[in-house]
Formats: sequence, C-alpha cells, structure tokens
Amino acid sequence: MTELLEVRSLVKTFGSGDTETRVLRGLDLTLGTNELAALLGPSGSGKSTLLTILGTLMHPTSGSHTMLGHDLTQATDAELTEFRNLHIGFVFQFHNLLPDFTALENVIFPTAIREGRETAASRARGRELLQRMGLADRVDFPAPKLSGGQKQRVAVARALMNSPQLVLADEPTGNLDRASAVQVMDLIGQINREEGTTFLISTHDEKIAATCRRQIVVGDGLVTG
Amino acid sequence: MLYALKIASRYLTASKAQTALLVLGVAVGVFIFIFMSALIGGLAEFILSRTAGDISHITIEAKATDPALLLGRLPGQTLLVQEKSGRAQATLPTALSFLPLIEAVPHVIAVSPQVNGSGTLRRGTQTTPVSVIGVEPGRESDIINLQSYLIEGTSRLTAGTILMGQSQIDDLSLFLGQTVKLEAPGGTVANLTLTGIYKIGTGGQNTRTVYINIATARTLFALPQGVTRIEIKLDDLNNADAIATEISALTGLNAESWTIKAAQLKEALRAQAQTGYFLKTFAMITIIIGVASALLLSTYRRRPEIGIMRAMGASRKFVVFVFVTQGALIGVLGGLSGAGLGYLALLPFPRRDAFHAGTLPIDITQGSYGLAIILTVIGAILASIWPARSAARVDPVTAIGQ
Ligand SMILES: Nc1ncnc2c1ncn2[C@@H]1O[C@H](COP(=O)(O)OP(=O)(O)OP(=O)(O)O)[C@@H](O)[C@H]1O
Ligand SMILES: [Mg+2]
Repeated sequence: MTELLEVRSLVKTFGSGDTETRVLRGLDLTLGTNELAALLGPSGSGKSTLLTILGTLMHPTSGSHTMLGHDLTQATDAELTEFRNLHIGFVFQFHNLLPDFTALENVIFPTAIREGRETAASRARGRELLQRMGLADRVDFPAPKLSGGQKQRVAVARALMNSPQLVLADEPTGNLDRASAVQVMDLIGQINREEGTTFLISTHDEKIAATCRRQIVVGDGLVTG
Repeated sequence: MLYALKIASRYLTASKAQTALLVLGVAVGVFIFIFMSALIGGLAEFILSRTAGDISHITIEAKATDPALLLGRLPGQTLLVQEKSGRAQATLPTALSFLPLIEAVPHVIAVSPQVNGSGTLRRGTQTTPVSVIGVEPGRESDIINLQSYLIEGTSRLTAGTILMGQSQIDDLSLFLGQTVKLEAPGGTVANLTLTGIYKIGTGGQNTRTVYINIATARTLFALPQGVTRIEIKLDDLNNADAIATEISALTGLNAESWTIKAAQLKEALRAQAQTGYFLKTFAMITIIIGVASALLLSTYRRRPEIGIMRAMGASRKFVVFVFVTQGALIGVLGGLSGAGLGYLALLPFPRRDAFHAGTLPIDITQGSYGLAIILTVIGAILASIWPARSAARVDPVTAIGQ
C-alpha cells in the first residue's frame, strides 16, 4: 500500500467568539491507495466536515493536508478546482445529479468540463461505466426520472469518470432502501478491487460499514478508532 | 467554450415558458426601441420635407445697401432719419457667370437665379401688396415644388403671365385667364394674365408671394442684367452648411445655408431626437433590469447544481461563462424577434415618400434594427454579469448542503 493522502493536526473551527465551534481538533489520518474505508461517528462529529476538507472544497483552519505529494493548504482556488477534477470523485447524499441532463450527460460531466466539450471517447467511457453500474437501459434517461438507487449509481459512475485516485462519498446510501444500498456498496467494492480506487465512505449504517475493509471512527474532532 | 454554451442553452430550454416570457419581455423592449426610432426619424424626415425640404437650401443674396450718406461736418448734433429704400435693389451683377460653377458643385441639384422685389397688385380699385419672384422659365418648381401645390392652371411662366396664391385670388376676386396689374415701386406697371393658382397648406409667408417670368421681372424692376438672388437646392439638406461655405469660397458671393434662418427648426428637431434617445434608453434599461432579475433568480434556484459543478471541477470562470452565455442567448433571441416584430408592425405604414398629413409619419427604413439588436445583446450580456458573478461565488459546501 502506498500513501495517497495525509492530514496532520487538522483543525476546523466555525464562527468566532461565543459561537465558535471546534469541529475538528487536531485530527490525523492517512489513507493509502486501494483502500475501502468507512467513516463512522455520531451525528455532528465532523464526518462531513472532514470529507469536505479532504475533497478540497473547504480549507482547514490549521493543520497540513497533502495528497499525491501536493500541499493542498497552499493551493489557490483555481489549482484546487483542477486538482479535484483530476484526482477526486464525489458522491453526495442529496442534490447529486444535474436535473436538466441525462444520466450519460451527468456521468461525462467531469471529462467534458476538462476537455471543453463532450467527445465521442468520453461518451463511450460514460456508457461503459453506466453499463457496469447496471444502467445500460437508462443511459439517455433524464436525471429526475431515475429512482433514488439509480441516481446514486449514476453518481458513482460520474465520480469514476476521470479515473480519480480518491472517491469521497458522504452517506451515499443514506436515502436508499437496504437492497439498493447493498447494490451500490457491491459496485463500489467491485471498482475498488478492480481499479484500486480508494473510497472513503461516511455512513451511520454498521452493516454498510462492515462491507468496508477499514473502519475509521471520529468523535470529539479526532479519529478515535 | 462549446460546453458552456451547451449548458447555457440547456438551462434556457429546461424552463421553456419562463425563457419564452423573458425573451418576449426583451422583444417588447426592442420593439419599442425600433418603433421610437422609426417614429422619431420619420417625424424629422416629414417635418424637414414639409419645411426645409421646400425652401432654398442655400441662398445667395447681395447685402442690401442703402445709398451712402454724404454729409459734411455739421456743427452741433444732427439727427438724421433715412427710410430704408424699397427701390434700392441690391443686385448680384456678376452672379450669372457663376451659375455653371455652382451647378457643378457636388450635391447641388438645382440652381435658380431670380429677380425679386416687392410690388402692388391692382385690379380695379382693389390693391394688395405682394412680394414678387421672377424665375427663369422651366425652373419654377426647382426650389419650391410649385407644381405640387398647383390647384388650377399651369405652373409654367411665360412673358406676361403670373402665378398667384389662392388667398390673393380670393382677395381680388380673380379667375384664371383674367388680367391683373402689377406695379413696381419705381412706378413701372405690367399687365399680367393669371395662368396658375397655387395653394400652400401651411400658409404664412407664401400667401403673399406671386411668381412671374424673370424677363418680366427685369422690365418691372428696371434691372436689365444681374439677379437679386440665387436659390440652390441640394440632394441632402443636412449638407447645406458645408456646401454653402464651399460655394462662398468658390465664388466670393455671400452664400447662406438654410440652417442660419431655421435655427428654431433645428432646435425643435434636436429636442425631438433627444426625446427619442430618452425613450430608447429607457427601453434598454428595462431590458437590462428584466434580464438581470430573471438570471439572478435562476442562479439562486440553481445553487445546488452550481455547487455540484464546482465540486466536479468546474472553474469559477466556467460558471460565469454559463450565465453570461445565457444572457447573450436571451439578448440574441429577444433582439431578433423584437426586430422582426418591429419590422412587421411598421410594414403597413406608408413609405417615406408617400407621407401625407393625417397619418403617423413612421419611417420603416429608420428602425435602427441592427443597432437595436447589437445594443440588446450587449445590454443582456452586461445584465448577466452580476448574476454570473454571484453564481461563481456560490460556495459548493453550503450549496450542496450536506
Ligand atoms: N458552515 C458551518 N458553520 C457552523 N457550523 C458548522 C458548519 N458546518 C458544520 N458545522 C458544525 O460542525 C459540526 C459537524 O458537522 P458535520 O456536518 O461535519 O457532522 P457530521 O458528522 O457529518 O454529522 P451527520 O452525521 O449528522 O451528517 C456540527 O456541529 C455542525 O453544526
Ligand atoms: Mg454529515
């Protein structure tokens, strides 16, 4: 296992003065390549906050954050945008897909944004990913017409579009029934085995967490297990 | 950026009714812009053709000179009153030789040398003062289109004929073909046959004017050579100032543009044009406010999507581009449809050469369609900058709201 990313003494506080909330209090975490990790912890423990920082969508108050040898705390907004596009995929719980676009258009978005247009090659890869997610017959469906489970599988396909080293998923199965949740997790596990993509998945569901090889528990702003 | 264009057009087609309404709003603004341009332009054209179009654009006249007073040094103070002489005709003795020169000046379409003066019309015991214009035969309609104002007879003047206004005919109870005496201040009298009657609707200065043949006028005013006045007509009366200067320089004569005497008319036209700019500016402001508010609403509604796009690696610049492109598309669609609507709405109005009293003089050729479309696109792009910037500032974390 080679190191993919590392955060050291990560601190994140919101607000200031009386309303100051210290969410992360010097958290240390290292993730390697080819990991399949669950992120656990009580509500309000800072799981989403940590994922957001790891995803370069938010700067930590202090601490170091490196990934693939880049010091991401020093990077500009434009550099982080490009870095995200190339190396990080996201799966969110809500508001995941662009509602005015089809499943395929959603999947190829990360490549189209980089290439400035939708190419035949990116469409082919998007189709292949949707096929792997068992959505071959939903390729040209408008996003709002998909079921919750289908939407999350499209989101996983999109997260994989640029072959990132890291996929961050914040409660990707939170809205799904057991069968759909298991299906999504199976697909994630399969991709992780076949492509070596590292997944960090926050969840409240012990059974979902059990399907991951590693469990990371946060509490009081630190990794506790 | 092709992909930004795709997203922008997808956003616009996603809510068709809303987009249609927005484009319609822009089109109405463009329509007002075009309608105002055509109306203000047509009105100016109409007023000019009805006033300045029918006058001499450049007039060469000798300065009226009164006889020099030969007074010796008189003791004490002397008050001297001299009546301005009606007889002392100022003439342009050499002017005729310049005629070919003036006719060759570009934009000059007609030159009419005249022998003018004042006189008294007499029929029986009735008299009426008139101002007399002696014109060359064949040039009667060169300056004022007399032919178009003719209500009876002919506008053609030969030796011994006279063309009079309707009101004078009524004053003297004359009929076509009857004779009338015209007496010059010098006492010379000409017996003239009435061969034409004109009527100029606007009345005023022209009702006292009679037209006679220039040869008759020479005898009447005892002016065997030279002329008293040269009237010049141009193809475009807006060039008058420059061409008057050119003719003055060319001939050494005192050529005066119509604008000097018609300053009030120019002022009125300028005020009218300003009203037009005002209304057109308001039409543009309406368009800009409409586009800005619609797009601002759209950025607000699409915050989560903008957050997702940013998370997927869309730059702020890309987001700005998506929304500015929407503004531009709305501007193009609204501008084109507004211009099309405007053109269709103006079609039923008479062409500028067919303007007549009682209708709105709207000139379809002065709709400024291109300008309206360009200003609308620029306005819509400007209007989208603020919403686009606010979209680009959307924080992905709060927008996605995990
Ligand atoms: N933008 C913010 N401003 C102020 N406080 C915030 C902000 N974002 C998060 N917090 C606070 O930080 C703490 C951690 O929030 P976070 O969303 O990371 O928790 P979580 O572990 O993801 O919880 P859940 O399991 O309920 O999703 C919470 O107390 C929350 O109120
Ligand atoms: Mg959370």
